[in-house]
Amino acid sequence: MGRKYLARKTLHALATLAFVLAFNFFLFRVMPGDPVRLLARGAATHMTPQRIAEIEHEQGLDRPLPQQFVVYAKNTLTGQFGISFVTNESVTSVIGRAIWPTVLLVGSATLISTFFGLWAGIKGAWGRGSLFDTTSLFGSLVLYSAPEGWLGMILLIIFVGTFHWFPAGQMSSNTGQTGIANVLDVLSHLFLPCMTLVLGYIGEYTIIMRSSLLEVMGEDFVMTARAKGVPDRLVRRSHAVPNALLPTLTLVFYSFGFILGGSVIVEAVYSWPGLGQLTYRAIQDLDYNVIQAVFLLFSLAVIAFNLAADITYGYLDPRVREA
Amino acid sequence: MSDPQPEPDVAELGVPVVEVEDLEVNFKGRVGFFAGLLGRKGFDAKAVDGVSITLYEGEVLALAGESGCGKTTTARAIMGLLIPDAGTIRYRGEPLARSRRGLRGYRKQVQMVFQDPTAALNPRQTIYEIVAEALRIHGVPGGPDAKTEEQLVARALSRAGLRPPERFYLLYPHELSGGQRQRVVIAGALVVDPAVIVADEPVSNLDASVRGEILALLMKLREGSRISILIVTHDLGLAWTVADRVAVMYLGRVVEVGPAEEVLQRPKHPYTKALLNVVPEAGGTERPILQGEPPDPTRIPKGCRFHPRCPVVASGRAERLGILNRCVSEDLALEEIAPGHDVACYLKGLGEEP
Repeated sequence: MGRKYLARKTLHALATLAFVLAFNFFLFRVMPGDPVRLLARGAATHMTPQRIAEIEHEQGLDRPLPQQFVVYAKNTLTGQFGISFVTNESVTSVIGRAIWPTVLLVGSATLISTFFGLWAGIKGAWGRGSLFDTTSLFGSLVLYSAPEGWLGMILLIIFVGTFHWFPAGQMSSNTGQTGIANVLDVLSHLFLPCMTLVLGYIGEYTIIMRSSLLEVMGEDFVMTARAKGVPDRLVRRSHAVPNALLPTLTLVFYSFGFILGGSVIVEAVYSWPGLGQLTYRAIQDLDYNVIQAVFLLFSLAVIAFNLAADITYGYLDPRVREA
Repeated sequence: MSDPQPEPDVAELGVPVVEVEDLEVNFKGRVGFFAGLLGRKGFDAKAVDGVSITLYEGEVLALAGESGCGKTTTARAIMGLLIPDAGTIRYRGEPLARSRRGLRGYRKQVQMVFQDPTAALNPRQTIYEIVAEALRIHGVPGGPDAKTEEQLVARALSRAGLRPPERFYLLYPHELSGGQRQRVVIAGALVVDPAVIVADEPVSNLDASVRGEILALLMKLREGSRISILIVTHDLGLAWTVADRVAVMYLGRVVEVGPAEEVLQRPKHPYTKALLNVVPEAGGTERPILQGEPPDPTRIPKGCRFHPRCPVVASGRAERLGILNRCVSEDLALEEIAPGHDVACYLKGLGEEP
C-alpha cells in the first residue's frame, strides 16, 4: 500500500477528530438546562447561592468561554473527563463499567448478523429468484423496517412473558455464581437483546450483499470466467464474491464503529447496563461530563473504524492501493 | 506430392467448425409484481429467431447489424453462455452438450473477447493470474514438447503483443492502458490454443488510435494456425477491413450473408445497402436513408421484418414491381443468389438491384 495513501487517510481521521473535539465542547454550551442548578435541585434546599457559585467555580463554569475551551481541550487530551454530577464518581470509571457489557452485546450481535447476513445475501443473489432468495429478501425488508424497540418488546413478551424461557432483564442474576455457571447466566441474559439486535441488523446486510453481488454477477469478467469454463463455485468464490464484498465491507466497518454507541433503545428495553443506557440516563440528568465523554468516545470509535476500513480497502482493492 | 495452394474460392469454404442451425433465443418479458398478480404478462422478446450461420476453419466471419438485432445473443449462444430455445449448434459436427460438464471440452476450443476490456478483467487479479486461469481450468497440455504454465502464459502474452511478458505478470488491469487490457483479454483467450475466437465488438470501446493495432493483432493470429474468428460488430466498415465473409442481421434473422467483397460491394438486400450508405469505405456519403422506428424484438412485423423501414417499400417501387403484398405479409428465408451469397429479399427473384 502506498505510504501516501496511508498518510492521507490518517490525516483525514485526525482532522475529523479535531473537529469533533471542538464541536463537542460548543454543543454542550449551547444546550438548554443548567447543570449546577440541576445539582442544586438534587441536593435539596441546603444549597445556598454561595455554594452554587463555588461549584460553578470548581467546574470552571464561571470562566470565559475561550478559557473554558483551553481547559477542556487540555483535560480531554490528557484523559481527564471530570466527575459525574450524578454519582460523583470519575467519568472514566463510570464509562469503564458500562463499556464491556455494550461491547459484548453489540459486538456479538454485529458479528452474528454480519456472518448470516452476508451468507444469505450471497446465497440469495447466486440463486436469484429462487424460493430462498424471495423469502430471504422479503424477510430482510420486513426486519429492516421493524423498529428495534418494538422488536425487542415483542421478543420480551413472547419469550419472557409467555414462555418464561429467559430472564427479563439486566446482565446477570447477581446471585454471585462464578465460573461456568456465571458464563451461562450471562449468556441467558444476553440471548434476547442480542437476538433483537441481530434481527434488526441482518436485513441490511442481506440486502446490501445481495444487490452488490447481483451487480458484480452482471459484469463481463464473471461472464468471461464462465466462458473460459471456470466451474460455478469457483466463479463465485474467486471472481464474484471478492469483488462484491468491497462495498459491503464499508458497511460492516461502519457498523462496527457504532458498536460502542450501542443501541440505546434495546439496552433500555432489556435494562442492559451498557453505554447506551448510560447515555440515556446521562441525557435525562444533564450529566454533562458523562455525555461529553461518551459522545467523544462514540466519535472516536466511528473515526477509528473508518480509518480501519480505508486501510483494509487499500489492501483488498489493488485500484485503491496506489491511489 | 503436395497440392498446389488452392485459390480462395467462394464455393470452396473449407471445413465447418461451428454450425448454427435455426437458432432461437427468447427473453421472457417481465412485469411488476402487482401487474403479475393481475395476470398481466410481459412481451417476450425474440432476440434471435431462426439464425443459421456456419463458421469455417481459418476464416474471419463478421456478424453485423444494428444494436438489438440479436448478434450478441447469437454470439453468446455460440459460447454456450445461454441456452437456446430452439435450434442446434454443432462443433466439428457434434451438437453442443447442454450440461456444464459436457461443455468443458468445448470451452477450451472456443474463447471469447469482450467489448470492454476494463469490465472483462477481474480488477483483483494480476495479469498472470488472469492469463493462467484457463490453463488452470483445462490443464496444461502434456506431451513431448510440453511447456510449463509459465512458459505458456509468457507465449500467450507475447503473441498478444505484450513484450517482454514478464514485465506484465504482477501488474493489475488498472495499471494498463485500454489497448494493453484488450491484449490481456486476447492473451487469456489464446493461452489454451483455441480453435475459435468469438470477439464481441472487440474494438468499439477502445481509442481510435489503438483500434487498428488490436484488429491487426486479431488478423495476425491466423498466421501459422487455423484459428477461426467470429467478429460481432455494428460497424460494416470494420467488417469490410477484416472479414472474409459477412453476415448481416436484422431483428433476429440473417438477411444477407456472403463473401465480404460481394456483400459489401454488391449488396443485394436493401438493409445492407442502407447500412453501407453511411460507411465511408464503401463510398457512402449520403445521409442515412434508414427511417422509421428502430426495430423492437417484442413486436416483430409480419412479412419481411424490414418492410416498415424498407426504402424500396417506402418509395413505392415494391408496389410497382408487384411484390409489396408479399413484402408485408409473407415471411421469407435466405436464398442463394450467387455461390456462397444468400439473401432474404423478394427483389432478388426479379433480378432487381435494391
